[in-house]
Amino acid sequence: MKVFIEMFPIALMFGAPIVIAALGGLLSERSGIVNVALEGIMMVGGFTAASVTVLLEPVLPGWAPWIGLLCALLAGMVYSLLHALSSVNFKADQVVSGTALNILAGGFTVYLCQIIFKQQRTRAFSTGLAKITIPGLSNIPIIGPMLFDHVYPTFFVALALVVLVWFVVYKTAFGLRLRSCGEHPQAAASMGINVYRMRYLAVLASGLLAGLAGGVMVLTQDIQYTVTSIHGTGFIALGSLIFGKWNPWGVLGASLFFGFSQALSLYARDIPLMSGLPLEFFHLLPYVLTIGALVLFSNKSVGPRAAGEIYDPGKR
Amino acid sequence: MKRREQRRIVVPLVAVLLGFLVGALVIIVTGRSPAVLFISLIRTLTGLDLSGASDFNPRYVGEFIVQALPIILTGLSVAFAFRTGLFNIGAEGQLMIGSLAAVTVALLVKAPPLVHPLLCLLAAMAAGALWGLIPGYLKARFNVHEVVVSIMMNYTALHFVNWALLQFGSVDRVKTPDFPPTATLKSAFLSSITNGSRLNWGIIPVVLALLFFWFIIEKTTFGYRLRAVGFNKEGARYAGMRVELNIMLSMMIAGAFAGLAGAVITLGTFNFGRVLPAFEGYGMDGIAVALVGANHAGGVLFSGLLFGLLKAAQPLMQSQGIPREISQIIQASIVLFIAMRLGIEMLLSFISSNIGSKGGSKGRARS
Repeated sequence: MKVFIEMFPIALMFGAPIVIAALGGLLSERSGIVNVALEGIMMVGGFTAASVTVLLEPVLPGWAPWIGLLCALLAGMVYSLLHALSSVNFKADQVVSGTALNILAGGFTVYLCQIIFKQQRTRAFSTGLAKITIPGLSNIPIIGPMLFDHVYPTFFVALALVVLVWFVVYKTAFGLRLRSCGEHPQAAASMGINVYRMRYLAVLASGLLAGLAGGVMVLTQDIQYTVTSIHGTGFIALGSLIFGKWNPWGVLGASLFFGFSQALSLYARDIPLMSGLPLEFFHLLPYVLTIGALVLFSNKSVGPRAAGEIYDPGKR
Repeated sequence: MKRREQRRIVVPLVAVLLGFLVGALVIIVTGRSPAVLFISLIRTLTGLDLSGASDFNPRYVGEFIVQALPIILTGLSVAFAFRTGLFNIGAEGQLMIGSLAAVTVALLVKAPPLVHPLLCLLAAMAAGALWGLIPGYLKARFNVHEVVVSIMMNYTALHFVNWALLQFGSVDRVKTPDFPPTATLKSAFLSSITNGSRLNWGIIPVVLALLFFWFIIEKTTFGYRLRAVGFNKEGARYAGMRVELNIMLSMMIAGAFAGLAGAVITLGTFNFGRVLPAFEGYGMDGIAVALVGANHAGGVLFSGLLFGLLKAAQPLMQSQGIPREISQIIQASIVLFIAMRLGIEMLLSFISSNIGSKGGSKGRARS
């Protein structure tokens, strides 16, 4: 139990970027565009956040990581424009386009590192995002040390975003239109909805969130951006999107679950049942679990029906 | 129809040109000279130094072919699956599992020369095929999308292989012991004619794989059935084809190609198994190769050589101040442009209707 409580803040740290990126994927897929590029967008976000933080630190200590995050979110959005352009305007295969963006992000970020920092990675920043302790709340037994004592504020950001995305997708007219584009775009178009514009907005929003997720990840879990900083978290986010059945609350649960399975690798030695297992087992666990989830949900059509399909206005 | 055949070749060519244009622009914007890119590429391709600083050196040509070998194989892997309408994004993992199998046979099995590498290659193909069968089976049985499963299988392979390789004992935790001399694909002869490059007998399985791909896809009823499933799954089912079985077989053969690539790298380029911190990108290269090569054996050969060239030129560019990642940027741009083929086609018909207005409009009217 003590280990579990100690593990909680770490799991939240790992979980936060997964939730945020998965919410991005959710918005995009709800509009009918599959976004395999989450990983690449996170790389762009992570690189931007780290670079801005490093470069601004001498001038604006304290503020630098937050400005870094803001830039990460903008960079992610700009980068996702490419995905929107190819999959909405040019009717590209969305998976191929996303894959291209993943390769491009790996190359481009390290290229810029070499130009700006003369090495394969960004320079290390001295402080990323600071942990906070909320006075009062942190004194509550059990829950206090789990949620409010020396935790990164990013998890609360993620939580707020879950509520926001849930509200937008399920409680607003905009959300209804968005979902209709992902279920039956032709029907949506017949009701006067501009499918192209909705999909553009959704992909840009997913870029914004994935960029933020990349920034959050690098500024909380790393000391600099390297090409392995994101190490598949974007794909795990895709996994939690499936696990969470394309629903914000489900996504939250799934991401926390993946956050825990990553935290386990750090605490495995303290847990008697697991101390014998090799570290690699914990590294591959989230991926194997995702495959399991895929098989489990395969026969129920829980995902948006038109996701990944090229929009053809003439189709009925 | 004739026009469509032409487009199959023209669109990738335009995409390649645009990709290089993007690369050159990136180099210019970041304050370097794009001439370095092209001088490095020509040096890697021919061994000649256009800048005149040094003499002809065939080692560059050898290294260029070494880089192209695994990429051609992963290209065949992705292309084979594409032909059945499947996107094999898992060549990376299949390659790693293949190389693990090759390492296992090389280190644990005793066999005479010639037989030993053959056993390694077969083991690698079998292992790659089994790894490819998993997404194939899940697709056929549960209709789970092969893309997400394959990506997850890649990461699973990365961590599993790293753990397994270290079980062979390792002094520095990054590589296994060297293979016995019977198992290697290395060739003193090929190395000597290319001034000490790592060129090796891996060429032979690659050539055979190309022929096999061409023969199966173009000349057999089995290949015809695979293509039919790719063109129209329900149509193929209606014609009495066993769609699920074909999906599984296609993914298995795709996996075997990728597994073979793993063996060619481990037994030929290196002589030991390597523990890797991250993906090397051979599977991603394969996607680019297959797309540019339009999923044909000949096309895969040429595009595999092209991307091998880009990869082999990296150290030369790096040494002259252009970050090696430029080749990744060019490659990704090419894939992106091919994905945007509709845009390229629009551009082409715009150009042809503006320049040869007679021929252009006639062509458009026909299609």
